Amino acid sequence: MATVFVNNQPVDIGNEKLNCVQAAEKAGVLIPHYCYHPALSVVASCRMCLVEVGEKKADGTISMLPKVVPGCQTPVKDGTVIVTRSDKARDAQERTLESLLLNHPLDCPVCDKAGECSLQDYSFEFGKAESRMHDEKKTPPNKPDLGPNINLFTDRCIMCSRCVRFTREISGTSELYITNRGDHSEIAVFPGDPLDNKLSTNVVDLCPVGALASKDFLYKQRVWNLKTVDSVCPGCSTGCSIHIDGNKGVIHRLRPRTNPKAQGHFMCDEGRLGFHYANSAERLREPTIRGPHGWTTVGHREAVQSVQQGFNEHSLRSITGVWAVLSPFMTIEEAYLLANWIRDFGREARLVLGPVPIVGEDDHYPKDCRGEASPGVPKFTIRAEKCPNRKGVEAILQHFTGTVLGFDSFLTALAKGQVKAAILSGGYIPLGRGHWFPAESVPLLEKINMLVVQEIFASALSQKAHVVFPSATWAEKEGTYINHQGLAQEIHWNSGPPGESRTDGQVYLDLLGRTGLMRAHQLRREIAQVVPALNQLSTGYLGTQGVLPGEAPPVQSQKRKIPVH
Amino acid sequence: MAYEPVLLGRANKADSTSLEGYRRDGGYETLGRILKEMTCDQVTEAVKSSGLRGRGGAGFPTGLKWTFLPKGHPGPIYLCVNVDESEPCTFNNRVLVEKDPHQVLEGIALSAYAVKASTAYFYIRYEYGAGMRIMQKAIDEAYAAGILGKNILGSNYSLDVFIHRGAGAYICGEETGLIESLEGKRAWPRIKPPFPAIEGAFRKPTIVNNPETLANVVHILQKGSDWFKSIGVPPDPKNPRDPGSYGPKLYCISGHVNSPGVVELPLGVTVRQLITDHGGGVWKGKKAKGCIPGGNSMGVMTEAEFDTPLDFNGPGRVGCLGLGTGAVTVFDEDTSIVDVLHNLCRFFQHESCGQCTPCREGTGWMFKIIDRFAKGQGRGEDLAVLEEIADKIGIMPGTTICGLADGAGWPVKNAIRKFRPEFEKYIQDGSSKRSKPLPMAAH
Repeated sequence: MATVFVNNQPVDIGNEKLNCVQAAEKAGVLIPHYCYHPALSVVASCRMCLVEVGEKKADGTISMLPKVVPGCQTPVKDGTVIVTRSDKARDAQERTLESLLLNHPLDCPVCDKAGECSLQDYSFEFGKAESRMHDEKKTPPNKPDLGPNINLFTDRCIMCSRCVRFTREISGTSELYITNRGDHSEIAVFPGDPLDNKLSTNVVDLCPVGALASKDFLYKQRVWNLKTVDSVCPGCSTGCSIHIDGNKGVIHRLRPRTNPKAQGHFMCDEGRLGFHYANSAERLREPTIRGPHGWTTVGHREAVQSVQQGFNEHSLRSITGVWAVLSPFMTIEEAYLLANWIRDFGREARLVLGPVPIVGEDDHYPKDCRGEASPGVPKFTIRAEKCPNRKGVEAILQHFTGTVLGFDSFLTALAKGQVKAAILSGGYIPLGRGHWFPAESVPLLEKINMLVVQEIFASALSQKAHVVFPSATWAEKEGTYINHQGLAQEIHWNSGPPGESRTDGQVYLDLLGRTGLMRAHQLRREIAQVVPALNQLSTGYLGTQGVLPGEAPPVQSQKRKIPVH
Repeated sequence: MAYEPVLLGRANKADSTSLEGYRRDGGYETLGRILKEMTCDQVTEAVKSSGLRGRGGAGFPTGLKWTFLPKGHPGPIYLCVNVDESEPCTFNNRVLVEKDPHQVLEGIALSAYAVKASTAYFYIRYEYGAGMRIMQKAIDEAYAAGILGKNILGSNYSLDVFIHRGAGAYICGEETGLIESLEGKRAWPRIKPPFPAIEGAFRKPTIVNNPETLANVVHILQKGSDWFKSIGVPPDPKNPRDPGSYGPKLYCISGHVNSPGVVELPLGVTVRQLITDHGGGVWKGKKAKGCIPGGNSMGVMTEAEFDTPLDFNGPGRVGCLGLGTGAVTVFDEDTSIVDVLHNLCRFFQHESCGQCTPCREGTGWMFKIIDRFAKGQGRGEDLAVLEEIADKIGIMPGTTICGLADGAGWPVKNAIRKFRPEFEKYIQDGSSKRSKPLPMAAH
């Protein structure tokens, strides 16, 4: 076991290979850094992480290196002594910050990054209050068209080169490079080759200052007004851990959340920018019932009663005519509740999995110079399966029906007129407007006597329904998603569903006649007891990183840690 | 007794660049003999015992550097010849390459044999077009004569030499910057460790040497270590870490002298001797104000310090960074030290590679201050700020990756500390006393 001393405080680092920045982080000490990022190669060029390093000998004496060293480049071993706040280290850190601010415009009031900017934070904690420069700052022109999603404020850049290394090492597309030398250096793209790869917006998160800005988020919000929750991207079965940043019921951006068990540090642009439908004014807001005189808006309770009544009638007539389609966008809890409700009518009631959207093939990164995936273990993968929870819904179906019936069986039964009462849970994105249901089968829905549709938007499908429940998006509910490798992760709501709509889980609870509100952690415990295949949910909590099958789940809810990168 | 040039012994001959001429003067005989008689390790040992130190600037013992290569490495091992001679006022290697390319080539072959390298890269700066063509001709001749290529001179040893032309950046002279440039990347010096001897060009062990150093190897192996040690300055007995400054050195003299040029002298000649005996004295009958002793990055020397011997330790004793490339640039008594510093700072802010923050921003800031200074808007506090920046950037305080920043800071602190009254007077007078317009800023 190796022990490292960080500011006189011993830290056991086990057998891990760490550098000074990582070792200090273990001790709860922040060594400020810009160019260092755990997912990228070490260049040790920003010189922000300068610390004093020494070695504690067996006889207890300490010999320190005569000069400051960059913490990111210096590996630690047993007996390494790191001093982060000595006069020498402080002086070096102060000086680096002063240098970085020489040509920085200090336009924080109009900068998107203000509030989450490392340059602000470190200047406050490690820097000087005033500048000694009396000369003009450089004002290189901005590059608003660095890429379709990215804007470069050239003058704010501190040349940490994280973005350049990202395009070389993670996306492999190498659009970015540094042009010019010395303090004329600028981030640039070659003419005609903009930064437009599928992972491009990650450079905005990587940028420690406000130089790279997402066009989607630019000038929308001050970050300190945003409410941040941990969630999971529903865009594909990779299940990237994300932060949802919203304010007053509006989602403003998604950011990747570092999770080595899920995707690592990044997320794709498709997932990141694919949330806007949730803010749409066209969303369904109230439950509606189709009567002989057309559609009527009804209260939630009335809609639930109507559905219960309809299904009761039909289940008595023909239990095999009762169907439920479980979309792979549902949470495990919702699937469990819906399956429970349907199965209460009888064992012959049918449960099927909704269509699983597959688009193209899995897209692995980094790319090589020909745009094909490089050999070796991919550093990031955008999966072809464009839904977050097929595995979770399948586990529920497997438990309740012993098999997983595909959507085809529903369509076949529909064509034969065997479906009498059905509940279709939607929530598909980005096919949110009912496109997931094959258009040629829509007329056949006329034959169903009691059709309940849960959708986010009105569609041809919801037009055929007898009862429509407005659905909540993934950002408005809590629950569990299981990704492609079986990792169960918690999702949390950032804002409530719009208007009178309620989460699907709440609708099922009401249908089941169970009292109270939808509480994901209580349901998880229940599911783990009922469904042995899902015993990774047994404590009701999955922590910030999620739980893989066979892993012991945490016993308590984990507080969100603010990342330092 | 006048010193008889060795390295430049053939430089003024009519056919100094041809293989025929070189062979007539006994060229490549040493190579043939060594390949037959000595093993690689014996050659390394001979160079080590001669006390030869690198002529590129840092003065690291050459033989010792070669022993850092991993033992028993399956190869390939590379030898890089650093002819990116971009230190201003330095042109000793240019003369060597343009006047006697086969001597350099023999040095390359011998050194490559010593370090078991099968490939040598001759990295020459873009501006040396003539040198590049002369060298290429020499390489072609050597290949045709069986001196390069497979089984050199009938031995088992094979060596390929390739010329790589730089694109014109000061930082390519830094050995890891050179390696990056050779690999086709931006010349950003690498973080060390690993040192190039362990992992250099194309991730293989690599030795980077200066052509003057390699040319010396020829004569060491020809005439023996004892001959080499008879030239120059023995180690300082008071300094146990001093390996001595042995051997001949090509000194460049430029600036305000009557006859600038390259001269070969034993290490340890004083600046005054160089200027008066070999540079023809200061021009226009004026007196010297000072000089830059070894390329821009080595600092500034005053006239009073001209009796300092130019060996590896001498300039350090008067506060300069070191011998550097041995390129003395003299400025006369009428030169404004502000102009000198302005020019130096302009050079470094233009040539800083921009990788490390302290150097990138520090060199730019120093130039901005001195530029304002030169325009007559200097302030008393500026001198303190300049000194402080100069003191705190560089590999010595640990704030940068390579030594460029040390070199950028050294002339600033030397000039301010040695010529402070002049700076203070300049602040009072403003630019009204300026005789010449300022040179154009680089950008």
